Amino acid sequence: MIRSEVLKQLIPVISDHLVVCNIGLPSQELHMLDDQPSNFYMLGTMGLASSIGLGLALSQPQKVISIDGDGSVLTNFGTLPTIANNVADNFILLIIDNGSYGSTGDQPTYAGMKTSLTAVATACGCENVVECRGENAVETVQAALDSDRMTIIVCKCDSGNIKVPVIDMDPVVIRDRFMKEIDRRNA
Amino acid sequence: MSVNQRIVADLVSNNVSFVTTVPCKQLAGVIELIDKSEEIFHIPSNKEDEGMGLCAGAYMGGKRSAIIMQNTAIGVTINTLATLIQYYHIPLPMLISYRGELGEPVACQVEMAVHTKALLRQLHIPTYHFHHPDDAQELDAILKYCYMSKKPVAILTDASFWKGA
Repeated sequence: MIRSEVLKQLIPVISDHLVVCNIGLPSQELHMLDDQPSNFYMLGTMGLASSIGLGLALSQPQKVISIDGDGSVLTNFGTLPTIANNVADNFILLIIDNGSYGSTGDQPTYAGMKTSLTAVATACGCENVVECRGENAVETVQAALDSDRMTIIVCKCDSGNIKVPVIDMDPVVIRDRFMKEIDRRNA
Repeated sequence: MSVNQRIVADLVSNNVSFVTTVPCKQLAGVIELIDKSEEIFHIPSNKEDEGMGLCAGAYMGGKRSAIIMQNTAIGVTINTLATLIQYYHIPLPMLISYRGELGEPVACQVEMAVHTKALLRQLHIPTYHFHHPDDAQELDAILKYCYMSKKPVAILTDASFWKGA
C-alpha cells in the first residue's frame, strides 16, 4: 500500500478535522481527493507541517491533524522534543513513513533503514506514539481522535507515487479560507 | 520601566499572546520575563525555522505570535521567511539580538553581522535597528505596522541598546 492509497482510505476519518498537510505530493494528493477549506496545504518549506500543526492546536480548541512524511520529520527533528514538551491533546501528528523522499524521486531516507521514527519520538518524550501499517491507518487514526490525547502515529507504507496535478491555488487564498473555516468552527 | 519590561508590555498591549524563542545572551532578560508573563504563552523552539512554523500555526489559530532570536538565525530561516511567512502573508515580528556590532567580544559573531542587514534588505523585510535604549519607544508602532501589513518585520537590537536593559 502506498501513501496515496493510505490517504484515500483516511479521507472519511480526517475530513471533518483541520488538516495541515506536508509539502509536495501529499498536499497534491489530499487536494485532489478532498479539497476543502479545513485543509492547509504547504506549497513550500519542507519540514514544518508538524510545527504549524502544533502551533495551531495550542492556539484554538479544534482537533488538528498534521500529515507529515518521514523525510520531512528527519529534516526538522527538533520538532519532536517541542511537541513532547508542549502537549496539545487536540493534536495528532500522522507521519506517513514510506522510507523515501517521495516528491523528489523516491530516494531512500534513513527512516527506511536503521532509524526508527517511533523510537525517536518516544525518546524525545512523546507519550502516545503508535506505529501501524498503512492497512491499519484508518482504525489507528480513529482511535487517536477518539482518545482525546496528543498522539504521534508512524504509519509505515510502501514507497511509490501516482500522477497528481499541482495545486494552483494562491497561498493567500489557502491561508485565508483556512482561517475563516477555523473562525467559523470556533464561533 | 526597564527595556525588557517595556518590550513585554508592548507585546501584551498589542495582544501578542504566543511567543517562541531561541536564546541569546543579550535576550536572556526579556526571555525570562516572557516566560513569567501570564498573558503570553512561551514555547521555546530548537531552531528558528521550526519556531516560525509554530508562529504561523498560532496566527492561523487566531493568536498574534512573535519570534525572539539571534541574527545568526537569518541564515537559518531565509527559505521559511520566503516560502511560508511571506508567501502566505503571515505577520511575524522578529525581535532579533544583533550580535557582532560595536562592543562584541566574540569575533565569529561579526561574520553574520556583516550580512544581516543585506540579507533582510534582499528579502524586502522592513527592518528597524534599536541602538539606544530610547529606541524601544518605536516598538509599539512597529508591532501595529507588522500586523497591519501582514509581513515579517525585523527589529535588530544591538549591544548598545541592551546596555540600558
